Amino acid sequence: MKETKIFERPKSMSDVPTHYCPGCTHGIAHRLVAEVIDELGIQKKTFGVAPVGCSVFLYNYIDTDMYEAAHGRAPAVASAVKRIRPDMVGFTYQGDGDLASIGMAEIVHAANRGELITVIFINNAIYGMTGGQMAPTTLLQQKATTCPLGRDPGVNGYPMRVAELLATLAAPAYITRVSVAKPKYVGKAAAAVKRAFQTQIDRKGFSFVEMLSTCPTNWGMRPADAANWVEEKMIPYYPLGDIKVPE
Amino acid sequence: MSERVLMKGNEALAEAAVRAGCRYFFGYPITPQNEIPEYMSRRLPEVGGVYLQAESEVAAINMIFGGAGTGERVMTSSSSPGISLMSEGISYIAGAELPCVLMNIVRGGPGLGSILPAQSDYFQATRGGGHGDYRLLVLAPSTLQEGVDLTMLAFDLAEKYKNPVMILGDGFMGQMMEAVEFRTPEPMDLPDKRDWAVGYMERRGTRALVKSLYLDPEELERHNMKLQAKYREMEKNEVRYESYRTDDAEIVLAAYGTTARIARSAINELRREGLRVGMIRPISVYPFPYAPFENLPGSVKNVLVVEMSCGQMIDDVRIGVGRTVPVHFCGRVGGIAPSVDEIEARIREITGK
Repeated sequence: MKETKIFERPKSMSDVPTHYCPGCTHGIAHRLVAEVIDELGIQKKTFGVAPVGCSVFLYNYIDTDMYEAAHGRAPAVASAVKRIRPDMVGFTYQGDGDLASIGMAEIVHAANRGELITVIFINNAIYGMTGGQMAPTTLLQQKATTCPLGRDPGVNGYPMRVAELLATLAAPAYITRVSVAKPKYVGKAAAAVKRAFQTQIDRKGFSFVEMLSTCPTNWGMRPADAANWVEEKMIPYYPLGDIKVPE
Repeated sequence: MSERVLMKGNEALAEAAVRAGCRYFFGYPITPQNEIPEYMSRRLPEVGGVYLQAESEVAAINMIFGGAGTGERVMTSSSSPGISLMSEGISYIAGAELPCVLMNIVRGGPGLGSILPAQSDYFQATRGGGHGDYRLLVLAPSTLQEGVDLTMLAFDLAEKYKNPVMILGDGFMGQMMEAVEFRTPEPMDLPDKRDWAVGYMERRGTRALVKSLYLDPEELERHNMKLQAKYREMEKNEVRYESYRTDDAEIVLAAYGTTARIARSAINELRREGLRVGMIRPISVYPFPYAPFENLPGSVKNVLVVEMSCGQMIDDVRIGVGRTVPVHFCGRVGGIAPSVDEIEARIREITGK
């Protein structure tokens, strides 16, 4: 019998085990990025910027030129590299603590300058690496180790819709929200990542893909329940779909 | 053939950077150094470079982190509170062993302090400033010409050691005008950026990885030892200072930057009266020139440190001098420089002459 290989590891993904928890969707998100890099044939002209957070070791998994940035500063790092090396393709990969809390200034200004970079924003409504503290995207009434009774808007304000916030700016070209929590969402997520990179390559402007993701460990759920929670709780507050598309 | 031109300090430093091949500047406005980014915003596009105004000093230094990773000549400038904000990023740059040049046109502190000249960031500059065991190579010019020469040297040294180099100036230097000449320095044998920097994966076959994270304790210790070995090399090769009329001196002044110019005037005045006064002027403040203080001429009975601070470089002078002779201090702060008269009076008080 002749064997035909129909599925393999993307070339731009390193052949190492990841450190992620069972049911975490970082692995899927990484794979989508690596697949697009392969598809576009840009591995050797791409640079990525890893954040501080669970995906701090992104550089171990994506085999392109990589930076490991200070917490929240990935868009500033990527902006400079892209200005100096305009023929490279640059992306940042950031979680909600990194991008929406400590790094809010950097993401807003990089977007506002229309930097020709692609930002992959992992929104799982919690701080993962530090052990489950409240994030700017934590939902109302959602429990976290620093809001043990649930997020109270009178104390902590409201969950931030970063994609919509950035879409108020003139410069960004492509802003979309997808999910990787269940297989049925992944096809659209893959298409969004590809469109984001293509937007950059076509020099149309800044591109941003928010991915609703899971964190079973810090949510205190089984992986299947976490995937359902994204669908039942997160998507109603963070609606999926394109918010701004290139002309 | 270069010619002498009359320039404002900040602009002369900026032009020196351009002449040294700096093509990328990322910065944030702060007084008294604004002429540097202003000059760069006009000048860099003329030479095919990029000027980008960051949203904050924090963003600016992280742009430098990114830019330095490409191996191109990148620079930022700021002043005291701005350098404090940048210090985290400077630590990352030192940890990731990236070359860049930082200009610090020091103003008064602490806190918002003032916009007037000071030398009160000596500790911050010479001890790294941010977290972790790292050092910057710190050059402290005394005249604009020296500022121009050291800025050109700074880019070479940054590449030679893959380490940030700071030009430690003060508000006087930034704002004064003087004639300067742009002299091309002797070419240095420098590492090829294509061997390590971002953007050469195709050519090199392997990717670049720019990071300062080493979670394995033994790996981080090894990394630190490698950095320390580099700092020892700097201490061996890059100590710079000037000895002025120290041979027969009874009292030796220690001063750097603008303060050294004022001290020199005081020395010349007193020498006319026959007082045997000299000066050791550190040019590199890290690595610090300990040797001339360890080996003072036998004639020296006192050392007087003159600073625009409450006494910071005096610690390094004491390390050098040890217990051989008393070390005295003369300092003004708040944007006030010690005057020639004040320094003379302090010398007379110490020597009893």
